[in-house]
Amino acid sequence: MVDATPVVRLEGVKKAYGVGSPVEVEVLHGIDLELKRGEFVALTGPSGSGKSTLLNIIGLLDRPTSGRLFIEGRETSGLNDTELTKLRGHSIGFIFQSHCLISAFTALENVMMPQLAAVEFPNEAIRSRSAELLIQVDLTRWQDNLSGNMSGGQQQRVAIARALAMNPALILADEPTGNLDTKTADTVIELMRKVNLKEGTTFLIVTHNMGIAHRCDRILEVVDGQIVKASTKV
Amino acid sequence: MQTIFILIAVATGVGVIVFMSGLLTSLQANFIKRVLTSQPQIQLIPPDEVARPQLVSVGDLFVAAVVQRPGQRVRSIDQWQTIRDMLKTWPEIITVSPTVATSALAIRGAASRSISVTGIEPDVYFKIVRIPDYIVQGVPSISTDDVLIGTELAKDLGVGLGDKISVTAATKASRLLTITGIFDLGNKGANARSTYVALRTAQALANLVGGVTTIDITVTDIYAAETIAQSVQAATGVEADSWIKTNSQFFTAVKAQQSSNTLIRFFVGLSVAFGIASVLVVSVTQRSRDIGILRAMGTSQGQILRVFLLQGGLLGFAGSIIGAAAGGGSLMLWHTFSRQADGSEIFPLILEPSLFLYSVLLAAITGVAAAAVPAYGAAKLDPVVAIRG
Ligand SMILES: Nc1ncnc2c1ncn2[C@@H]1O[C@H](COP(=O)(O)OP(=O)(O)OP(=O)(O)O)[C@@H](O)[C@H]1O
Ligand SMILES: [Mg+2]
Repeated sequence: MVDATPVVRLEGVKKAYGVGSPVEVEVLHGIDLELKRGEFVALTGPSGSGKSTLLNIIGLLDRPTSGRLFIEGRETSGLNDTELTKLRGHSIGFIFQSHCLISAFTALENVMMPQLAAVEFPNEAIRSRSAELLIQVDLTRWQDNLSGNMSGGQQQRVAIARALAMNPALILADEPTGNLDTKTADTVIELMRKVNLKEGTTFLIVTHNMGIAHRCDRILEVVDGQIVKASTKV
Repeated sequence: MQTIFILIAVATGVGVIVFMSGLLTSLQANFIKRVLTSQPQIQLIPPDEVARPQLVSVGDLFVAAVVQRPGQRVRSIDQWQTIRDMLKTWPEIITVSPTVATSALAIRGAASRSISVTGIEPDVYFKIVRIPDYIVQGVPSISTDDVLIGTELAKDLGVGLGDKISVTAATKASRLLTITGIFDLGNKGANARSTYVALRTAQALANLVGGVTTIDITVTDIYAAETIAQSVQAATGVEADSWIKTNSQFFTAVKAQQSSNTLIRFFVGLSVAFGIASVLVVSVTQRSRDIGILRAMGTSQGQILRVFLLQGGLLGFAGSIIGAAAGGGSLMLWHTFSRQADGSEIFPLILEPSLFLYSVLLAAITGVAAAAVPAYGAAKLDPVVAIRG
């Protein structure tokens, strides 16, 4: 049974910074967008065009100035911070450009973190699930290393494992390979694709790398706060 | 690193508080205990008597109980039997003990010592001053020809149990008394001077047949002693001094000490609080990126808030445990090393567990309170800003 509800839907989402002040700028000018379950989508565009802003709004880290955002069919504008946090924790995983692990924690602890945030009391299942996720990203031997001491590629793989921890419907990645060499970037993207195919997780990946973009199901291009082109791969 | 420094700061503050409070409570508790167990709480004395019990020093447990009077001018309390019988019926009064006090010379062979002689009715007097508890040799019973003396006097005169000493009062009256008991009141001065005889014997020595110089009273509520003393004085016309009045200097001193102690506590608490707060402010700033990541991963504002409040509480808690231990330890050390001239302890140390409990609890609460502002700031961090760095 396939759930036809789009994982993400945006209706006329606008975002302005400095609202009410003389320096008010609108960064997003009415975005309409739908991401279906299991899609692997690239988001490209020039620097400053609003990609990160859009990603943060979809990720419930930021609120749109106007317009509506649905996550798994649920309208989000009426939710308070606690509800948004809960929804974010359960439905959305994040992979940022770099330094997005807590360096004082081990790889395993980083993966456990979103699960710990969601429960009252820690339990053994969290640890074993986290260890399994690290096996999936090929970091078995590194689970007890402090994440601050790991290489960029390894850190991003830990981040992928962590993003998967709550088995979210959507993973948002903001330039996940921006700080990696081509070869390492390749393996990271491959890993994400593997997860996408295996778990049916929807991915939205911000990237400047056209090679990577072309390996996605769909490419969205943002220019000046608007989606100008949505190309579907054949 | 900051954590270690702030722990030391908290520990020092709490240590000082524990040390001072422990000292003060010990001082006070010992004093109250003495009043309860070894001193009349009210004394009735003839109008023109001038001598009053005085607190010679904190450690002189029993000196206060020894009332020294000019021997020549010993006068009796008028109608003392009537007064006694009346006071006995008062519900707030426990014990009424008539005594005769006079000074005398104790002579044995070539040795002589000046002593104070207290004539007592043992049944009632021992309820106020528990001489039987301090008897080291013999028995605390006295008939008309017996005397109880202190260990020091026994040594000075070279006498022992069953020996006879001659006691001559200022009135020239003299008696030959048999030592039936030797006591150790824990104080050299008292052991050298205090002696106890039967009321009748002291009356004869003081040339005060049928009279008494003092009526000692204990009451049910020692803190009401002063009001009771005033009623007694109003009812009998005899001057009644309560322990509260007699020791007013002590209470003034304790009060002053207490208020300065409170002030010190307040400022120590304040500096501990600001110390903890500043450490947490720095820590929130340093970890803002981590906080942002935690928020992105589904950690709620409440959870972030709790983490930092807990951290503040733990800093206060851990620091105060170390401090309480250090303060208690140094108090015991101080107690061990500071002794009276004769090597006996200045006063027994009373370290109540509640003092430690309250200090630790208070420090933990202070820690949580101090953490409130930084913790709130951490919870309200905008994750987008925090992650971007
Ligand atoms: N907090 C803010 N206040 C004001 N303006 C902001 C804020 N955040 C972003 N902007 C502006 O919004 C615009 C879009 O920023 P955004 O970070 O979304 O771009 P981007 O597409 O992710 O760029 P890049 O590829 O460089 O990461 C930029 O012009 C930026 O200056
Ligand atoms: Mg960006």
